[in-house]
Amino acid sequence: MMNHSLKNRCKVAPGTVITGKWHSNRYTVLKELGYGANGIVYLAKFKNSQVALKMSDNGMSITSEVNVLRSFAKVQGSTLGPSLLDVDDWNSNRGQISFYVMEYIQGPDLLSFIQTKGKAWTTVLILQLLNDLNKLHENGWVFGDLKPENLIVTGPMPKIRCIDVGGTTLQGRAIKEFTEFYDRGYWGLGSRKADPAYDLFAVAMIIINTAYPKRFNKTTGGIVQLKEAISKQKDLLLIEKVIVKALHGKYSHALQMRSELLSLVTDNKSTNPGNKPSTNSSNNAFQNPKINQSPKQAKSRQTYRKKKKKSRWIETISITIFIALLYFLYIFQKLL
Amino acid sequence: MEVTRKSGGRMSMYTGKIRQILLITDGCSNQGEDPIAMAALAKEQGISVNVIGVMEQDVIDEKGMTEIEGIAMSGGGVSQIVYAQQLSQTVQMVTRKAMTQTIQGVVNRELQQILGRSQTIEDLPPEKRGEVMEVVDELGETVELEVLILVDTSASMKHKLPTVKEALLDLSLSLNARTGDNQFSVFVFPGKKNDVEKILDWTPKLQSLTSIFSQLTTGGITPTGPAIRTALSSFNSKRSLRSLMTGDDESFLEESM
Repeated sequence: MMNHSLKNRCKVAPGTVITGKWHSNRYTVLKELGYGANGIVYLAKFKNSQVALKMSDNGMSITSEVNVLRSFAKVQGSTLGPSLLDVDDWNSNRGQISFYVMEYIQGPDLLSFIQTKGKAWTTVLILQLLNDLNKLHENGWVFGDLKPENLIVTGPMPKIRCIDVGGTTLQGRAIKEFTEFYDRGYWGLGSRKADPAYDLFAVAMIIINTAYPKRFNKTTGGIVQLKEAISKQKDLLLIEKVIVKALHGKYSHALQMRSELLSLVTDNKSTNPGNKPSTNSSNNAFQNPKINQSPKQAKSRQTYRKKKKKSRWIETISITIFIALLYFLYIFQKLL
Repeated sequence: MEVTRKSGGRMSMYTGKIRQILLITDGCSNQGEDPIAMAALAKEQGISVNVIGVMEQDVIDEKGMTEIEGIAMSGGGVSQIVYAQQLSQTVQMVTRKAMTQTIQGVVNRELQQILGRSQTIEDLPPEKRGEVMEVVDELGETVELEVLILVDTSASMKHKLPTVKEALLDLSLSLNARTGDNQFSVFVFPGKKNDVEKILDWTPKLQSLTSIFSQLTTGGITPTGPAIRTALSSFNSKRSLRSLMTGDDESFLEESM
């Protein structure tokens, strides 16, 4: 069983000092951050700063991920993945282990962030994600294994970041790594060839996932089951049009999906004054004392404006109705 | 892996073919030759043997586990024990992993020829490895792949067969996303009349499995060894047929793993 052996070989205790064979940098392991199919990620200390260190039995998967991170670095203004700091080998007493060191991205994962801060954040973060994906796609890549566990929200200004680039694939090739729930092939809605629409399908599934934090199993599969899941959730119904289009692979660019999502949510807010979920969640934000200062202020100002907008609307409508009523009375009188 | 050497010395100029046996089973063999020896025989012919052990609630016994690992080890492949629910994701992952492993083996041998005896990818400085990895990735995307799937249809596998079918369709979805060509063939053991029975001849499409799988009957014995041996002869007859048609068998450069 390969997973087993991999976990054993790369398993190191906190306090272990890892010295690179080629660059002789010294890293002190602080704790385990997580593990996946390709290795274990540790939080480590390097010259008084905290870094994330990924180790793997499979040196080639490390090399492959380093290749991706290197090409990310060439993309101007992209903050999607972590920045690469060092690549090296460690001669442990269990043999040579390859590792790379990257920036430590701190924060809760997407689903726990939305759970504590409220559903209003879903759209904001998805819009951010689509922007970053667009840059990635423009440079010829597809992220591949997009899922909430791989998405971290950092602060103090909430910003979405991706932490695992193991699935990142050149466009036109077969997707390297995926997770069934977010994979269009699994749902019978497309191939596993890397194209921008593959990532956008995963984004749609992530949105669905925010309403179903425990996910769900494939029963009938296909668009029918997914549409049914959407129809049962109010938050999803509001943006159903965009989700379904992404599930069908109708968007070939992330920005296309972004602008439609943006116009849909802004339209919703003006035509649907009783938009319960957003007011609800901003209340949550008020109650939560742990929230950072700046987003809270931004949030409250936003709500204030929204309420003001709402009352203005009611005012306009009532005046119109009143005048119309007077006019009808006038006509009625004239006719008689 | 067979490597055809074309003009020019660069690795990316090589076109090759990867051949794998994928064995899906849930326990120990109990009839015929030793499957571990048969797997070693496959490796000698440049065919790797990967094994997936399918559990349900029950756990595979120690003996079955040892055999599964033994077959993969002597067959130069990958093994994994999984619960039936995770089968789809595992089948495609094991196949890809084994493919990369084979390519790495070939690339490593090329490196040794260029750089000297004991050099492997791991001995290169990390900066240089990146370029080698690009070659490995490129080959994994374009190489021709032949997968012979051996499905254990002993009685205990009966209720797992629908899941196996799903997993195989999922595998063809993953592999057909590549640029390179794929050929699949499916055998079951025990068969209706013989120990091993071919249910799908070499084809690029696995979809035709759907109808065949629902008609499968299960039997009592598990002749894993004979199944691997039959699989080998299927690879061989395929090759001889092709060389008969094209007559260019000499251009193949055999490399055992």
